[in-house]
Amino acid sequence: MDELTDKQPAAGPVAEEAPGHHHHHHHDEVDLNPAGWRDGKRYAWLLGILVPLLPFISWQLVEATGLGIFWYSAPLVVFGLFPLLDTVIGLDPTNPPDSVLKWLEQDRYYRWCTYMFIPVQYAGLVFACWQWADGGLSVFESIGLTLTMGVVGGIAINTAHELGHKREAMERWLGRVALAQTGYGHFFIEHNRGHHVRVATPEDPASSRMGESFWAFLPRTVSGSLRSAWGIEAARLDRLGVSHWSYKNDILSAWAMTVLLFGGLAVAFGPVVLPYLIVQAVVGFSLLEVVNYLEHYGLLRQRKDDGRYERCQQQHSWNSNNVASNVLLFHLQRHSDHHTHPTRRYQALRHAEEAPQLPTGYAGMIVLALFPPVWRRVMDPRLLAHYDGDVSRINMQPRARRRIEARYGSAS
Amino acid sequence: MSRWVCPDCGYVYDEEKGHPREGFPPGTAWEAVPDSWACPDCGVRDKVDFEPDD
Repeated sequence: MDELTDKQPAAGPVAEEAPGHHHHHHHDEVDLNPAGWRDGKRYAWLLGILVPLLPFISWQLVEATGLGIFWYSAPLVVFGLFPLLDTVIGLDPTNPPDSVLKWLEQDRYYRWCTYMFIPVQYAGLVFACWQWADGGLSVFESIGLTLTMGVVGGIAINTAHELGHKREAMERWLGRVALAQTGYGHFFIEHNRGHHVRVATPEDPASSRMGESFWAFLPRTVSGSLRSAWGIEAARLDRLGVSHWSYKNDILSAWAMTVLLFGGLAVAFGPVVLPYLIVQAVVGFSLLEVVNYLEHYGLLRQRKDDGRYERCQQQHSWNSNNVASNVLLFHLQRHSDHHTHPTRRYQALRHAEEAPQLPTGYAGMIVLALFPPVWRRVMDPRLLAHYDGDVSRINMQPRARRRIEARYGSAS
Repeated sequence: MSRWVCPDCGYVYDEEKGHPREGFPPGTAWEAVPDSWACPDCGVRDKVDFEPDD
């Protein structure tokens, strides 16, 4: 594991120094860091706070310019600016060496970058309710703010995802708080215990299939993930010998958080905010689902001789090294490493050479996914190339199989 | 009482402690845990993949 440290004996003594033996306070980071390696993205992670700040930034821009279009800032930033930044800034395939992974994961600074998302997220939601109720917004402006809140809520699911994978109870709880805005509390169960177990198989509702458009995938993943989450939680409650309708049901308690949140906001600002809250929640979880759509499109774990699927490996997720989207999404695009080591913290996720790569970052791919003919033209050839043209090894939409085999040839 | 470790993430199922939240009270034998049970921390490996922890 520590090959790199071995190759750099000069750094060894610093790493092995006894705890509490800090001679070099002016070199704190070097003291902690066995390889003397520096994280180029360290301060970039602070940009994660940009998205939940967008409702406030929108407001300031509208006030300064008088242009209502700025209420649309979150969709404009995530679907316009970030695809552009991905193209301009480009790729960063560099990895932290093995020897610093432990150090990198225990550095609490990185955790605070995710924690601080949540108070800003909810300050923004309260602010938005105030604007919807009393801000004198036009219909056009209210729709813009609703879309902005939806995008914030969707990106909050990404933050919840990072927190929900951790062993610490406090982080898991924070993850569920972040999900309350979109009413997607069941995601925390379905993702960790359903999606990660069955990823890149036809049994996983959140793994998209070749020939399945995003618009066909959306209802399948939303309803399938809900059913699956309920089944997983029901099995656990059965083992505990308590009713499915108990307060111990983690799905019900997570949804209760949303009911309390929306109810509290309706009491504070009037029931007029409820339609906006519901629409922003739908926009938010749809944004999560479009990301699900592109993460495993068509990829399939093969069956082993004993009938079980091979374990999830680097080749079973689509990746991207585009810097801008990676910083926006806490390295979510290093998705193969995430699925191989789901408890690994975002700052330590690594690029894998053998993983299939998307042509651009997740931000641009989201936009592509909304237009199925464009998506197919870009992704189907890449998927086929990944499987050396062998259609039989692809996770295929059953209804599309005949059309795809006619076009690309059957392997049998 | 034996201990079983997830080969991916290092989670340990200790028969002595069980996993009460998952419905396996302290003292639940490893054999009593269903084969379909996946690692509660990483979800990547199933019960049958676990290795004895010595």
